[in-house]
Amino acid sequence: MSVYLARRFVSLTLSLIVASFVVFFLLEIVPGDPASFMLGLNATPEAAANLRQALGLEGPPIERYFVWVLGLLQGEFGISYAYKVPVADLVADRLWVSLPLAIYALTLSTLIAFPVGIIAAAKRNSPADLGIMGATQLGVAVPNFWFAMLLVLFFAVTLRWFSAGGFPGWDEGFWISMKALTLPAIALALPQASILARVMRSSLLDTLSEDYVRSARAKGLSRRQALWRHALRNALIPVLTIIGLQFSFLLAGAIIIENVFFLPGLGRLVFQAITSRDLIVVKSVVMILVFAVILVTFIVDITYAIADPRLRRAR
Amino acid sequence: MTDTALHDAPDRGFWRAALRSPSFVAGELLTGLFVALALISFVWTPYDPAAQSIATRFRPLFDPAHFLGSDHFGRDTLSMIMVGARTSIAVAFVAVGIGIGLGVPLGLLAAANRGSLLDEVIMRANDLVFAFPALLIAIMITAISGPGAVNAIIAIGIFNIPVFARLARGAALTLWTREFVMAARVSGKGPVLISVEHILPNILNLLIVQGTIQFSLGILAEAALSYVGLGAQPPIPSWGKMLADAQTLISIAPHLALVPGFAIVLTVLGLNLMGDGLRDVLDPKLRRSRT
Repeated sequence: MSVYLARRFVSLTLSLIVASFVVFFLLEIVPGDPASFMLGLNATPEAAANLRQALGLEGPPIERYFVWVLGLLQGEFGISYAYKVPVADLVADRLWVSLPLAIYALTLSTLIAFPVGIIAAAKRNSPADLGIMGATQLGVAVPNFWFAMLLVLFFAVTLRWFSAGGFPGWDEGFWISMKALTLPAIALALPQASILARVMRSSLLDTLSEDYVRSARAKGLSRRQALWRHALRNALIPVLTIIGLQFSFLLAGAIIIENVFFLPGLGRLVFQAITSRDLIVVKSVVMILVFAVILVTFIVDITYAIADPRLRRAR
Repeated sequence: MTDTALHDAPDRGFWRAALRSPSFVAGELLTGLFVALALISFVWTPYDPAAQSIATRFRPLFDPAHFLGSDHFGRDTLSMIMVGARTSIAVAFVAVGIGIGLGVPLGLLAAANRGSLLDEVIMRANDLVFAFPALLIAIMITAISGPGAVNAIIAIGIFNIPVFARLARGAALTLWTREFVMAARVSGKGPVLISVEHILPNILNLLIVQGTIQFSLGILAEAALSYVGLGAQPPIPSWGKMLADAQTLISIAPHLALVPGFAIVLTVLGLNLMGDGLRDVLDPKLRRSRT
């Protein structure tokens, strides 16, 4: 196990190093000088040079890369060109919207997908199963931002149960904020729940046809008992992998949904940063999201190996 | 040597079986409808999709002059949907092409050199690309060279590469242990020739199934990118852009948001059903367990 852990950790570190390299140098070739952009057309060359110095834009790229990475490691992301405040503060504020939204959506998606997938597998080929499979087929095909618009049309414009967008801030109270995140979370959760329910169903069907389930039935367990005691736990392994993967996709998918609901999250931050050429913010947010994806993949790999010792050798 | 036909290469029976699958046929009809709309739009649309007419703004659905209504500029929705289908299909199709064109050779190369440093490097590079969701790639490309349909294609295409590389490598690995590949090696063929003549024809079906799935994901991704303004730019109509325009008008003209949304859902649904049908035919074990 420790050899496996060490190997995965080395691979995690390498991935992060290469990813940071790619992100930094890709955005390094962006045309235009942020300093002259910030100062406007009438800036003197000296003023621009001073600002470049202050922003840490002088010096060879490789040197600035190391400054950036070392900063990232210490939670120092640099100063935003547009907001003129530390990027770390900006990101921290926005993360308090994006992260709860992703967790909320993941919780919803799991709560929907588990019972639905289990019912479909337990009652295979019944009308319930066919209905569920049809609904999930549709759920996978619906773009989440369009579903979000339909939710706004129905629950905000017609019924007026929710506001059509915006975020009051956590200071205004937990439930008010959660209410503002509810429609976005449902919109994000729907396609994910459909995928998850399909994975749950097929994984459960696979385990239900295993020999040990037949043995359990032979020793006198009912179908239901065999499902709950033997099949379900084994079926969970692939389902958990998908949940892990979905979390990172939810963080990225939130970028679009935040735009539908005008939520002040990482997604809105990154779009505003692109329009204002605030590349240090783009770099940092992209790197944080990539870091999240790589880290979650790593954690999933490790949990997988703990759950199923055979995988440690297989890799 | 013409032994490629001796083993389970794709044959006409495969497509005949596919045509017996109801989900494949339903999917094919749906997808065919939108491909046909896109093709017809090259020679005919009811109106010029960019033509504005203040007199005929906000026409409802099934209006005698505008079958699917008209928007806040009086542009005909059906014409825009037809031309938008072109954008969606073209972007997703080329992006799948990039994924197959680059991913499959990489996967075959990795499988041919399995266990080597090259294999390791290719697969780790794939993992790395996988860590960048298509949206993040698009954001970076946009930051570098501005938004546009070409950038959307590149972003979705890059995202597709590791998908096909992994699939090709995995499928090729099992084939490398088969007798007919042994026979080809004994007859003196090199790894490249074996990969092209023996491995590739045998993983073609698998690639087609994955291709349909990536095609549908590409349509969704293109819609999302043009919705947030990172995809096709006006005046080129695209479904995502239509939805973005409709959003601000949703309380006065909800049909403007419904029509492009349904176009996306039906196209994606069609492609997914086609993919499911093909997979059932490919994997008889799966078919038995489902029925």
